Amino acid sequence: MPPPPTPANVRVVTLTIDGQDLSARADETIIEVCRENQIPIPSLCYLDGLSIWGACRLCLVEIAGQGRLFAACATQVAEGMQVLTNTERLRRYRRTIVELLFAERSHICSVCVSNGHCELQHLAQTCGVDHVRVPYRQARYQMDSSHELFRLDHNRCILCTRCVRVCDEIEGAHTWDLMGRGSDCLVITDLAQPWGDSETCTGCGKCVQVCPTGALVKQGTSAGEMVKDQHFLPILARRRQAR
Amino acid sequence: MNRLSVATVVAPASLPPMAGETGSMNKLSVATAWLDGCSGCHMSFLDLDERLVDLVRYLDILYSPLVDAKHLPERVDVGILEGSVSNADDLRQAQAFRDRCRILISLGDCAVNGNVPSMRNPYPLAAVLDRAYRENVTLQPQVPRVGVPALLPRVRPLHEVVAVDVFVPGCPPPADAIFYVLSELIAGRTPDSTQVTRFGA
Ligand code: SF4
Ligand code: SF4
Repeated sequence: MPPPPTPANVRVVTLTIDGQDLSARADETIIEVCRENQIPIPSLCYLDGLSIWGACRLCLVEIAGQGRLFAACATQVAEGMQVLTNTERLRRYRRTIVELLFAERSHICSVCVSNGHCELQHLAQTCGVDHVRVPYRQARYQMDSSHELFRLDHNRCILCTRCVRVCDEIEGAHTWDLMGRGSDCLVITDLAQPWGDSETCTGCGKCVQVCPTGALVKQGTSAGEMVKDQHFLPILARRRQAR
Repeated sequence: MNRLSVATVVAPASLPPMAGETGSMNKLSVATAWLDGCSGCHMSFLDLDERLVDLVRYLDILYSPLVDAKHLPERVDVGILEGSVSNADDLRQAQAFRDRCRILISLGDCAVNGNVPSMRNPYPLAAVLDRAYRENVTLQPQVPRVGVPALLPRVRPLHEVVAVDVFVPGCPPPADAIFYVLSELIAGRTPDSTQVTRFGA
């Protein structure tokens, strides 16, 4: 989303990212500045137009003089900040995070409706995941095909909560939420009722479009057919902000 | 000096110059087998088409479903395994390949991550066998036990049972990816297959 014009009272700061001198508005986050300057940072829960969640940890960066790592989506820039986005340590962590996501639930890309259009699958390739070094959990999760238009497959869900946020913040329906903890955590519709019985779901399909994987898809799609379109999000988000 | 045509290769891969058409090159010996796979990865290998002719100037395929030999040689430079490890015979072959091959390649999603065969893993083996051989059968339901290797309780990717040197994901990996990997090995380099293929490719 192109940044709104700088309000007069927002300062401009200068910082370096991977040695590159950059200036940015003081209220911007590191990931926003990176995206504006074509500096690649992997992310899954972050999506321009939705609130910040900071859960996937893929956008972790190093900041000079700081002992810990910072989530680029949840950290505002500051004057003189020196950010590193692509160190050996970060690459190792990112690869491990992606591998853990693959090991946690069942991702059989070859037969997935999102094969070839999936953010997780793409990240695996760009993070150098040519195999998963931890044992697969191979637990069994359910599907919900009760909705006449859409389908939910918990096996492909990475719990990024994009669906929860878009439904609440953009559509205003708040059909989705989270239930349970750890590996039992699930996205649910209404009070964990079948999606097709939901009284709050408007059938708009925004959750399906923002879902990065094959967890939320249109009915009637088969392997590789689910192509998502997220163009609506920055436009609607900007209109909501303007109000 | 000849150079092989690499025009169709995705990544910049090139085979080393030939020592001369009749020169006594040290060819890499190759063995391949498929475990619990559909043979699609081997089909993709055949999809190299005329590039196979180029490759066999550098490779000696000693043992494979594609050639006649019945026994895995004692020493092989490059072993290529397709398919997951799903039964006792897969496990035996995987271990034999590891023992005898200097470089072991895990070829395709079934070998790399279990893929479709591993979709039985969330269910107990007894339930899987019941489903296939009893529940849906009307005439003499029975689980075959004679002349077939016993299924393992869980389908495993190759690297969970033996050490693997090179991973080539994809279902199947495209022929170009296989060509890239073999070309890199011939040139003495370690291929990074994520340049040319991915899970589900
Ligand atoms: S959701 Fe993505 S990573 Fe998971 S199986 Fe489907 S294509 Fe693969
Ligand atoms: S269903 Fe999709 S959007 Fe929702 S939490 Fe799971 S992966 Fe994220």
